[in-house]
Amino acid sequence: MERVAVLTGNYAVAYAVKLCRPQVIAAYPITPQTSIVEKIAEFVEKGELKAKYVRVESEHSAMAAAIGASAIGARVFTATSSQGLLYMYEAVWSAAGARLPIVMAVVTRAIFPPWSIWTDHSDLLAQRDTGWIIAMAEDNQEVFDMIIQAYRIAEDERVLLPVMVGLDAFSLSHTAAPVSMLSQDEVDEFLPPRKAFSFLLEVKNPITMGNVAFPDHYMEFRYSIQRAMERAKEVIREVEEEFYEISGRRYGGLVEEYRCSDADVILVLMGAWAGDAKECVDALRERGLNVGVLRIRFVRPFPREEVRRALLGKRAVIVVDRDISFGGAGVLFTEVSSALQQSNITVRGYIAGLGGRDVTARDFSVMVERVYADLESGNKESRIEWYGVKEVV
Amino acid sequence: MKKILAPVSIPSEGAVGRTGFWRTFKPIIDKKKCIRCLLCWLCCPEGAIIRTENDDVIVNYEYCKGCGICANECPKNAIEMVLEE
Amino acid sequence: MPITVKSLPREEYLLPGNASCPGCPAALGLRLLGKALGKSVILVVPASCTSIIQGPYPKTSVKFPLINVIFASSAATASGIAAALEILGKKGVHVVCWSGDGGTVDIGLQALSGAAERGDNILYICYDNEAYMNTGIQRSGSTPYGAWTTTTVLGKKRHKKNLPMIMTAHNIPYVATASIGYPLDFIEKVRKAVKYKGLKYIHLLAPCPVGWRFPPSKTIEVGRLAVLTGIWPLYEIEKGKFRLTGVSRVLLDKSKRRPVIEYIRVQGRFSHLSEEDVRVLEEYVDKLWEDIKKMLP
Repeated sequence: MERVAVLTGNYAVAYAVKLCRPQVIAAYPITPQTSIVEKIAEFVEKGELKAKYVRVESEHSAMAAAIGASAIGARVFTATSSQGLLYMYEAVWSAAGARLPIVMAVVTRAIFPPWSIWTDHSDLLAQRDTGWIIAMAEDNQEVFDMIIQAYRIAEDERVLLPVMVGLDAFSLSHTAAPVSMLSQDEVDEFLPPRKAFSFLLEVKNPITMGNVAFPDHYMEFRYSIQRAMERAKEVIREVEEEFYEISGRRYGGLVEEYRCSDADVILVLMGAWAGDAKECVDALRERGLNVGVLRIRFVRPFPREEVRRALLGKRAVIVVDRDISFGGAGVLFTEVSSALQQSNITVRGYIAGLGGRDVTARDFSVMVERVYADLESGNKESRIEWYGVKEVV
Repeated sequence: MKKILAPVSIPSEGAVGRTGFWRTFKPIIDKKKCIRCLLCWLCCPEGAIIRTENDDVIVNYEYCKGCGICANECPKNAIEMVLEE
Repeated sequence: MPITVKSLPREEYLLPGNASCPGCPAALGLRLLGKALGKSVILVVPASCTSIIQGPYPKTSVKFPLINVIFASSAATASGIAAALEILGKKGVHVVCWSGDGGTVDIGLQALSGAAERGDNILYICYDNEAYMNTGIQRSGSTPYGAWTTTTVLGKKRHKKNLPMIMTAHNIPYVATASIGYPLDFIEKVRKAVKYKGLKYIHLLAPCPVGWRFPPSKTIEVGRLAVLTGIWPLYEIEKGKFRLTGVSRVLLDKSKRRPVIEYIRVQGRFSHLSEEDVRVLEEYVDKLWEDIKKMLP
């Protein structure tokens, strides 16, 4: 029996987490993540969720406590944003290196200075080297679905890597939308209790985690994380298919293709604004422009094969980044360009929407029209452009 | 099942090898003076003094680093630090 | 009933052939921890000398289940471990942080304070060798006045941070000081601490031959001198009640305290001290004992 609730993105996270039966939650509040941890605290205090909630005194401690609890074998959850995510950066690496299947929600928020509580993706993408699987949702329903799948993916013995699920600040986190929820029984069947492995901490089998590894040993540990990332691609697809069986919902695996097969120009992006991009595509199609959207769902492992399959042979690709790697380009632009090596497709990158600056379907149309105009005039250059910047400094 | 390569180590003696090679001086216990108080066994940072079933003490020369704490602490001066050959 | 040496178990939890320096007080302390608690320990070790003492992968010298953690996080990681053990119903396992002074007094202080305020069920032991020894003898907040370190080449100009008193202000059930010079006192305090639920704090003075500049055979002797001169009082604060332990019980009387100079002159790190510096340390010790007097009933 379907149960639909009207939930903010943050509450979608909280309710999804509750259904996954985490045993330890360690989190520190930060706008705009706070209502996630407040809701979970309420579940725990009311006895609706049997878990220990460690009210840590910082984000660095939040991830450290999550690592400790996960190393004992507990299922663990945490959440943060922006400054908090940066503060725990050292610990984020630590969790992946220790192969602990922690799940974290990241409400993506711009980075200080100056203070901004509004969305951009710099904080989430700054984690791309750490060994975490990184996914981003487009809407609150997907947030709910991704959290539940995240535990399955993380705890799969072919993977054993932590997973972070991103959702845009305010446009998702604080905006209510209908979310179809699964029942506890359905989630219990989909997500069995976490399996124990021999490298966890227990008295009857004393091992040491993480002591010194000389150069003749260290590299293999890193290689093994990369291999797990590669295996994760198949696991992500499998888990989505299983989830489809119980929910009737699927998104396409590592990417979602929207009207791509007969498109000649494709917008590539991730996050909530993909919804606006899809609206833009529908409007442009009315005017005869064959545009599509390739929405990146998983940034890590990067869906190289899917990206090539969707984009090779197209006239142009427009990657819209809600982030910037200073001195370089947008992260998605760089990743997509790299995946499209040895092709001569025009890849145009736009940097837009930083610090929560609004980007509408109309703005996406403008970006597409610019690219079409360039192509018409024979300008096939691949480069990036900042969209909507008011001053030149 | 695939081998999960997590950075995990197993307890072992001699984790950095035969640390007995580090010594310049070695402790020699004079059993005639020894009163089996076990203070040397207690105070050896290496655990390189073996406490036998009947509370005799024997130096484990494979690992003894020759720090001399045992000789310094022995209430009966029963341990002498002797230059290693 | 005081503990006897003979009553201690034979089982070793720090195996020989480890990477500790000859005469290392941290190694001895870890061995004594094993004698105190036996096998039901999960050890949390932040970056510190003990990180190296374990030795390299694929071997480890420590027979407890042990997690190495990032520098600032030992208390927080331990909080997570304690929470998981509780929710999983695993009883009788002691979560022990084994942390140096750097990882406690400086970079680790925030997490420790947070864990203490929350009352997480952890035994936190700081083995204090009074500098960042693992990285080569740089000063820490726990380095005493006058001590040479590589970053206080002319001698530190500020006194040592008083962590035991800071921890006492957190109203935790058990705080104690200990010295490697008195191994049985340390073992007794460890065993007493774990009887309590909540955060228990033990500050173990660990004279380092390499960093303090004395022969490695003198480690325990220097640990004794610290106590006998009064510069390191042995005490415990159990549910708020202050009590001196061991030989410190008689040292309220200044005439019973050995002159501070006896402690200073056996350590090369104090070799440059002027008479004025020695006076500063003597005054420090006097003030320490005046404060202790105020805490006694």
